Amino acid sequence: MWKWLHPYAKSEKSYALSGKLMPWFLVTAVITFVVGMVWGLAFAPADYQQGDSFRIIYIHVPAAMMAMAAYSTMAIAAFIALVWQIRLAEMTVAATAPIGAVYTFIALFTGAAWGKPMWGAWWVWDARLTSELILLFVYLGIIALYNAFSDKVLAGRAASILTLVGVINLPIIHFSVVWWNTLHQGATITKFDKPSMDTAMLYPLLIMIISFAAFLGFMSLYRFRNEILHRESHRPWVISLVQQSSTQINKRG
Amino acid sequence: MNPRRKKRLIITSSLIAGLSLAIGLTLFALQQNIDLFYTPSEIINGKNETGTKPEIGQRLRVGGMVVNGSVSRDPESLKVSFDLIDNKAGIVTVYFDGILPDLFREGQGIVAQGHLKSSNEIDAFEVLAKHDEEYMPPEVADALKGMDHLKTEQSK
Repeated sequence: MWKWLHPYAKSEKSYALSGKLMPWFLVTAVITFVVGMVWGLAFAPADYQQGDSFRIIYIHVPAAMMAMAAYSTMAIAAFIALVWQIRLAEMTVAATAPIGAVYTFIALFTGAAWGKPMWGAWWVWDARLTSELILLFVYLGIIALYNAFSDKVLAGRAASILTLVGVINLPIIHFSVVWWNTLHQGATITKFDKPSMDTAMLYPLLIMIISFAAFLGFMSLYRFRNEILHRESHRPWVISLVQQSSTQINKRG
Repeated sequence: MNPRRKKRLIITSSLIAGLSLAIGLTLFALQQNIDLFYTPSEIINGKNETGTKPEIGQRLRVGGMVVNGSVSRDPESLKVSFDLIDNKAGIVTVYFDGILPDLFREGQGIVAQGHLKSSNEIDAFEVLAKHDEEYMPPEVADALKGMDHLKTEQSK
């Protein structure tokens, strides 16, 4: 059943495939970003309570969702890396972590900027905000741990274990607004009910979510390819690839 | 699956399961301390399971809906007082001296932080507005007015 996947455990194959996919992710991200931003900021109606301030949702929600999506990706990769000991999965963990950390930071920052005018406070130690802050710290911990070892085999394994430890935070973030009294309101779209948002406001938000997801895909592939080149630099295929591109540069120059 | 992989699968899965259990139990034990605020009926009747009431003079947060018609402002200063209600019909009065957030209005969910003055009065030094997860244009909100679409409950 999984036989078709086996060739991609080889770094050369994965490097080629991600190179092919990358431009599609970038094109999708750019187009949906422009459409979503213009639609969301200029054409979507203002909210009945919050007026135009609610428009920060078009950055805040996609960033927060993708911060968690990036972590889920890393957790699955870490599990595969530990059980099947596939090095490319470890590289996926290392490649995705900084992107997830930046998304988490964006979510926290836009959340604070939104909280001040609406709630009246930049920061409140409620369960949702605190668990999101912990997610940022977990990301930073994974990045630090991976870079602390000069032996990358060991580094990959340690980072994978830490990733799996931190995965417990994901359901806590999602359900924090249900389990406890929080200042942060409940879920608008990620629930089984119909989204509690007018469709004129919802469509640009969905487009922005696609945009942030595509950009996450693009950036992780980009960093994944870098990580492969870095860790496989002694392999003949990488050496010949580097020689090829350097002769091309020499010819042009 | 070869035996070594199987062993690693079991170890990894039990790591996740064990950690989830540990964190789950910790959060369960801390459940009441993680709540950001008391609801008005929790101040009057105590928290659901334990029934412990907050002591007078204790610093706490209270969250509820501002009762319609209960907001009274002092014409000379910024002093304001209003009643908070929850879905279990507990009512507490909040006294506040300061600038209220933009979203503050009657029927709005708010969270106030302050000291408990008597069993149902709070001297607040901070008032935060809580908004719900519904977003809609003003025209839609007008059309829905009177249909009571806004949830009157603030907590479970």
